[in-house]
Amino acid sequence: MSDIPGQLRYTKNHEWVRLEVDGSATVGITDHAQELLGDIVFIELPETGKHVAGGTEVAVVESVKAAADVYAPLSGVVTEVNQAAADAPESVNETPYDAWLFRMSPDNAADFGALADAVAYRQMLGD
Amino acid sequence: MIKQTILNTNHHLLHARMVEFCGWEMPLHYGSQIEEHHAVRGDCGMFDISHMCAVDVTGLDARAFLLRLLANNVARLHQPGRALYSCMLNEDGGVLDDLILYYLDDRRYRMVVNACTTDQDLAWMGARLTEWALDVALAPRHDLAMLAVQGPHAREQVWQVLPEVQAATAGLAPFSCAETETLFVARTGYTGEDGFEISLPTARVQAVWQALLGAGVRPCGLGARDTLRLEAGMNLYGQDMDENVSPLDASLAWTVDLSDERDFVGRAALLARPRQCQLLGLVLRTPGVLRAGQGVRTAHGAGVITSGTFSPTMHRAIAFARLPLQVAVGEEVQVAIRDQYSAATVVKPPFVRGGKILINLS
Repeated sequence: MSDIPGQLRYTKNHEWVRLEVDGSATVGITDHAQELLGDIVFIELPETGKHVAGGTEVAVVESVKAAADVYAPLSGVVTEVNQAAADAPESVNETPYDAWLFRMSPDNAADFGALADAVAYRQMLGD
Repeated sequence: MIKQTILNTNHHLLHARMVEFCGWEMPLHYGSQIEEHHAVRGDCGMFDISHMCAVDVTGLDARAFLLRLLANNVARLHQPGRALYSCMLNEDGGVLDDLILYYLDDRRYRMVVNACTTDQDLAWMGARLTEWALDVALAPRHDLAMLAVQGPHAREQVWQVLPEVQAATAGLAPFSCAETETLFVARTGYTGEDGFEISLPTARVQAVWQALLGAGVRPCGLGARDTLRLEAGMNLYGQDMDENVSPLDASLAWTVDLSDERDFVGRAALLARPRQCQLLGLVLRTPGVLRAGQGVRTAHGAGVITSGTFSPTMHRAIAFARLPLQVAVGEEVQVAIRDQYSAATVVKPPFVRGGKILINLS
């Protein structure tokens, strides 16, 4: 059974989202996603400063066997990327909820509330 | 209905991630395919390869049948116990399958064919047998399971668990096999490392698997099998060649014996159609992963990647690519990865053998 922390929000594409005190949103991929992918060997991070629409592909996570797109969970501007994760892709397998991929400044803070909570995400997974 | 090997419950007990492969439920990995890969390169790993089929070819005309059936020349097998890698071609010179043939005696051979092609291989061979009216029996050995134990410490681990085979296999040369009363042991594999492939009665395989586990042999899945064979420069049937590809275009010319007048299936087509392209290796010069199907831009025209992965040994993406004949080893080409081109260097596989990186990039 996947690890699904209660304080995070989730997308159907298996990203997790954490709302920070400054109003930014931190994004990574879930434990379920990393487990499905297997050993992650390459991460392509988004460009910072770019405005992206919610639901568009902004990053790529590649394991030995497959490539998976990572989608922006919200509309907004990408403000920061986690180069440490790209430098050590296996960290996403090991600690998916620490090895975040990027931060964004949402256009509309209320969008966060529309994302699935842990209970809803677990139901999505059928766990 | 998906097929299961006799070791299926053992894989589930080890929490393997199971996938469907050619109609069989097989382990992809048991947690980390990269760690499994490293275990085989540095120590010892084992694979359940019972989805592959051993076929015994016996009878007065066994040799005559194989001389005509296979693109490689069975006459190259001088000593019982020797093995031969060969393609089986159709009349158009396309590859129906690639296989290993073991020479047991003049009336007895064993071949091991791919899981995906077993049914069509048996149908094809049966039809040729009827057509040629030869005295040969074909017996698929569904009563056998197969294990590949691979790595620099593979042989000693096998001897520890199966002391009965040590006498028969201690002096066994690479690409040879030996039989005991119930076991068939070959010093062959699909990883580029030393080791054995063992055929044994299905009733015994679970105990042997458990004993190897107990001895510290790491179970490995299809994921590691693929990265290991790619590093070792070994083609995968259905990906690097198939019935529409000539072995001459798939870097398998060394397995086709055209040196004498021997008339084998596909010979006329190969002679009528010289090499059209070549299969070479690529090493990506930038971060990223090479994948089958990615286009390759060269100074001499377009090519395509047939197998690609991330090499755990080299920490770089590597691939096999079908390229125009004019492309030379050492040239730089461009690979289309998503929306951009990335530089790769053309190399001659294998990339890794015997635990050592063989590609020296300047």
